[in-house]
Amino acid sequence: MPKLDLNRQPMPKQEPQVRAKNFNEVALGYTPEQALAEANRCIQCPKHPCIDGCPVEVPIPEFIKALREGDMLQAVEVLKSKNSLPAICGRVCPQETQCESACTLSKKGAPIAIGRLERYVANWELNQPATSKPAVILPPTNGKRIAVIGSGPAGLTAAADMAKMGYQVTIFEALHIAGGVLMYGIPEFRLPKHIVQSEVEYVKSLGVDIKLDSVVGKVVTVDELMKEQGYDAVFLGTGAGLPMFLNIPGENLNSIYSANEFLTRINLMKAYLFPEYDTPVQIGKRIAVIGGGNVAMDSARCALRLGFEEVHIVYRRSRAELPARQEEAENAEEEGVIFKFLTNPVRFLGNKDGWVTQMECVEMELGEPDASGRRRPIVKAGSEFMIDVDIAVIALGTTPNPLITATTEGLDTTKGGTVVASETTGKTVKDSVWAGGDIVTGSATVISAMGAGKRAAASMHEALGG
Amino acid sequence: MYKILHREDLVPGIHLFRVEAPAVAAKAQAGQFVIVRVDEKGERIPLTVADWDREEGSLTIVFMEVGTTTRKMAILKKGDYILNFVGPLGLPTHIERLGTVVCVGGGVGVAPIVPIARAFKEAGNKVISIMGARSWNLLFWEERLRSVSNELTVTTDDGSYGRKGVVTEPLKEILDSGQKVDMVMAVGPVVMMKFCAKTTNPYGVKTVVSLNPIMVDGTGMCGCCRVEIGEKTKFTCVDGPDFDGHQVDWDLLLARQHIYLEAEKRSLELWEQREGRETNA
Repeated sequence: MPKLDLNRQPMPKQEPQVRAKNFNEVALGYTPEQALAEANRCIQCPKHPCIDGCPVEVPIPEFIKALREGDMLQAVEVLKSKNSLPAICGRVCPQETQCESACTLSKKGAPIAIGRLERYVANWELNQPATSKPAVILPPTNGKRIAVIGSGPAGLTAAADMAKMGYQVTIFEALHIAGGVLMYGIPEFRLPKHIVQSEVEYVKSLGVDIKLDSVVGKVVTVDELMKEQGYDAVFLGTGAGLPMFLNIPGENLNSIYSANEFLTRINLMKAYLFPEYDTPVQIGKRIAVIGGGNVAMDSARCALRLGFEEVHIVYRRSRAELPARQEEAENAEEEGVIFKFLTNPVRFLGNKDGWVTQMECVEMELGEPDASGRRRPIVKAGSEFMIDVDIAVIALGTTPNPLITATTEGLDTTKGGTVVASETTGKTVKDSVWAGGDIVTGSATVISAMGAGKRAAASMHEALGG
Repeated sequence: MYKILHREDLVPGIHLFRVEAPAVAAKAQAGQFVIVRVDEKGERIPLTVADWDREEGSLTIVFMEVGTTTRKMAILKKGDYILNFVGPLGLPTHIERLGTVVCVGGGVGVAPIVPIARAFKEAGNKVISIMGARSWNLLFWEERLRSVSNELTVTTDDGSYGRKGVVTEPLKEILDSGQKVDMVMAVGPVVMMKFCAKTTNPYGVKTVVSLNPIMVDGTGMCGCCRVEIGEKTKFTCVDGPDFDGHQVDWDLLLARQHIYLEAEKRSLELWEQREGRETNA
């Protein structure tokens, strides 16, 4: 047996001081040599636990094998047999808790960098002229029509899978461009928007029609889609839309944003290119981002790139409880984001014209674990202090948008507003309606939404009899 | 892409488009709004529905030139296209048979008050309308509003047409006249709506206002349009745009409308330079 190679190839990145001033992608991607070296480390173990760790069951050892044999077309085909959006997953999946944590070499502390290889293969394909890409071969249409609501990761995946099985699929997207959270939420420097659009183009190349500017629940209802427009089934992939706020005094002062608004202005509307683009975003010297998830990291890192001098992340628990990917928190810290742990805002103060100037906070300490299993933060008495801020961003998560549930008869929703659907099939209690992604689970990851889209597509296919 | 079927210059700086958008027109109701993005680099801005023609598949919007988007729109001609046109958004005005409803429209707000007045009248109400503008040359749709009202009073700030003064004066007279008023609906500049609500408050007459804060997506996703109604935070795009005028935190609304004044000015100056156009302001 050959000796195990435990030298995991690091991802080349822009230097922290450089990248903190631009919106270009932080990760630069493997060179062909690095990709080959990393692929060669894979021991092709027969148990392939990595596949079980992947929510969409990509045949990981197989694509790695093709890559190291130099058969890039084959690598692409293997990847895309299960994952229609590999260039996206290779960038934003939390591989460290999925395929890579399951990798046999993980026990030796050096799992194969599956995500980086996936990114490499997907990028290779995107850079090929159309003629040398794997041909899209579709089965004859079966005449059945599927409406997919929302063009985020769940919707795109469900649509692609259904199209590949011969269905006529229409995606209804509320915004002016397809991609959902991949466009409005995740910043350019983590997920370049031309990459998202390339993946959207691939889904369109499968015959999927995307109707933009179409707010289902307003311009048409789910029932009308089925009864009047002749769709045989509907998949709801509308995501978790409504931003949560702290509900503390002063929260509606000028220059206090939800992370959704802050990021939407920057990513979707390209406010970082203002005034070339028309949509502005407030820029100042000091900003506080409240929250500890990936969205908080994204907001803080955007703020650095917009030119804020001091960027704080204010989180009520400690570093150990940060819900963000460790890599993202590290990236943020390297770039100069200041973390204020065990700190919680209690009110915002403003000037006479209604602009925020200060944030009053309290110090916290950790008590017994709560329902989430994390230690519950408790206020330290008499610990109030002030932070000067020009801008504050609230990144506490989102709740589902009620536009669909409020206008659709017969859907079952939870107290939190999410749609009740089977975990294994995505089927809701309403006839011919499936759902998946954040609308079912609340805020989660891109890949878990894709997994849900995939399972729903399989279940729809079974129910509709192919 | 949404085709401009018809364009009309109503008064200096205020224009009307009839836009081809059959799906939106099929569902539009009085009091709702659309989000418009004029071109690839444009902002998303909300505009209240002024009318619709379900047969033609068109929606009518009336807009005033204030910022970059509306200036860009103002140079579009019949046959040109608007890049994005989303709607109908927001909750429709709640229409029911109440008795007597006073409809107040100010400035560009006269346009959306027309379908609202019409809906109240069709529901069997007596509709008393008041419309106002700064001067005679800024008045439009007088006959249109008159045709859906039982009575109409027109005011101009400078007295150049109709009654001299502001809309709250005839409003107060109606309330003082002793006739029973069941509801007041006001659409117009924030200050006008604020003072309509102030005027009606002592009389305890329900007063609904149509708020117009800054928005981005218009579907409840961003929270840019949040307002405080009776000390509770509401999203105008999904909870409104109609709210109880007596509960609105007007100062907050005014402050939030000014967030981007500087940026808006800069954006507009740059556009004017690019276009080589003189500013009208």
